[in-house]
Amino acid sequence: MARARTNAAFRVERTTRASRIGGVIALLGLALLATGPWWLGAANMRTVVEIGYYLALAQMWNLLAGYAGLVSVGQQAFVGFGGYALFVFVIQAQMPALAALPLAAVATAIVALPTAFVVFRLRGAYFAIGTWVVAEVYRLGFAQVSALGGGSGQSLPVAAVKAIAETKDGREMIIYWIGLGIAVGSVALVYLMLRARQGLALTAIRDSEPAAESLGVNNFRTKLIVYLVAATATGLIGALISLQKLRISPDAAFSVTDWTANVIFIVVIGGIGTIEGPIIGVIVFFVLRELLAGFGSWYLMSLGAIAVAVMLRSPRGLWGLIADRYGIDFFPVRRRVMLSEKPPP
Amino acid sequence: MEWLDTIIQGVLLGGLYALFATGLTLIFGVMRLVNIGHGDLIVLAAFLGLAVVEATGIDPFLSLIIVVPVMAALGYGLQRGLFNLTLGRDILPPLLVSFGLSIIIQNLLLEIFSADSRKLQVGALETASIRLADNLAIGVLPLIVFLCAIAVILGLQVVFYRTTLGRAFRATSDDQQTAQLMGIDNRHLYGLAMAIALGVVAIAGIFLGVRTNFDPSIGPARLIYAFEAVIIGGLGSLWGTLAGGVVLGVAQSIGAKLDPGWQLLAGHLAFLAVLLIRPRGLFPRAYD
Repeated sequence: MARARTNAAFRVERTTRASRIGGVIALLGLALLATGPWWLGAANMRTVVEIGYYLALAQMWNLLAGYAGLVSVGQQAFVGFGGYALFVFVIQAQMPALAALPLAAVATAIVALPTAFVVFRLRGAYFAIGTWVVAEVYRLGFAQVSALGGGSGQSLPVAAVKAIAETKDGREMIIYWIGLGIAVGSVALVYLMLRARQGLALTAIRDSEPAAESLGVNNFRTKLIVYLVAATATGLIGALISLQKLRISPDAAFSVTDWTANVIFIVVIGGIGTIEGPIIGVIVFFVLRELLAGFGSWYLMSLGAIAVAVMLRSPRGLWGLIADRYGIDFFPVRRRVMLSEKPPP
Repeated sequence: MEWLDTIIQGVLLGGLYALFATGLTLIFGVMRLVNIGHGDLIVLAAFLGLAVVEATGIDPFLSLIIVVPVMAALGYGLQRGLFNLTLGRDILPPLLVSFGLSIIIQNLLLEIFSADSRKLQVGALETASIRLADNLAIGVLPLIVFLCAIAVILGLQVVFYRTTLGRAFRATSDDQQTAQLMGIDNRHLYGLAMAIALGVVAIAGIFLGVRTNFDPSIGPARLIYAFEAVIIGGLGSLWGTLAGGVVLGVAQSIGAKLDPGWQLLAGHLAFLAVLLIRPRGLFPRAYD
């Protein structure tokens, strides 16, 4: 036995050929995108920022639903809260907008903790609707605060906007880079979380909760951490969204269609429970939007129908189909044992 | 007296919420399914009623003769054609499929009926009231809705505890596999459960349309009220659902009395309070 163990030459690998090649291509593409302000027009830059924050929202929702089994229909609570927090820091506390951005994320983390203790009392589908109720409470609550513009909302004062950058171009450049940074950061965050100890626990929970618990995973703590991380990041994304729009109102900031329905469709169509899924999903989402933008409500109907069809026919989404067929893995979070054919020494 | 009035209005409003919630309780009880499209189906029923009334000119209450069977048939079809494909250990497929359905129904209604606010007219009945004291009166219409909610729940109790079909429902709810071994076709049974649930949804939709204005976008809020009534009352208990609806209705009308902007918020806060103090609801019955 001992002999066999020393003879079996193996190593544990995580990176794959696809992930190395994919990584290089992604870095090149990213470098190209980073120079966007010099060759993309203003409208295209805004679209890239939008794609960026949808990708980030999708990654966070996927982390919750795809890995921790926490299907939330109430992430708009944190999008809206982050946005409002930014406005409060800038208007009421007279802070520069860029400094308020990370503070808005911290503020969201602080309210996410008590929120978690309320919604964690519900399970499964009831958790989903419970998070929605909480988001409604946030929306109705903010609509009551007249200092924040009440139900009709408010705009960021010109002085605060000018403080970001003197010119409109300068401001859009800064927001563009922040948007790009948040998109890349969200992918990196999920990737690193899944490769860490926490990720192993999460993958175990995704596959079977009782089995994970019996192997010593603290399910409650793991889920709580994931919930707080996703809420904090979602708050930051919300702050960026409000900074790009320069305006906030309860109905837009806490919109279930914009910040949750679209995000769920992106993740489900792309492939839930994978990092690649939301990336594919966001591409499909924006392509469909460009093609069907003129059809109004038919667009949302077809999006819903596609999501239902994907869920029934291929629950692992488009990425699941690709990965099964070609066996590629751009974000390897699994460990693989590679046996080598070397003869024993 | 003013407060008594507020509370009575709240209790009667609770009857409507109980009607919203009964279908949800029923399908959860039989097959542990939570349908996110539930609220949109209520609004769909209201629009169906409107279409029937506009086409034939009959009284909205009479339109139930057409709307209830149509919704029940739709329920059976949806369950057999869609939801049965998603049932299993994983909660994600039914949740996401019903979420997709909700978006589809909302936008379909928007496309057909536009975003205009509509109402079902019932003439003099809308303003009729019964005087109880000098400055205390009960609207006849809210009272009818409340009594109907009680009648529907009584009817469902009879179906559940006095009929062969009800026994099959309860058996499947307790242990689906053993029930199947006893010769129960659970796919058909689930279809029937959804048909009954949407039959109740049809009644709820018509009453919604008679009591208030409605438009294609209000479905999700109805789902939330229904859900809150179910959780406040306790999972799987029909009378609990009625109690949950009443608690929600009273909380909302007290909130509205304090400040019109507080109506919905007060309902949600009452729900969260129950969740914190009694997470399994006031009259729990089922374990999920």
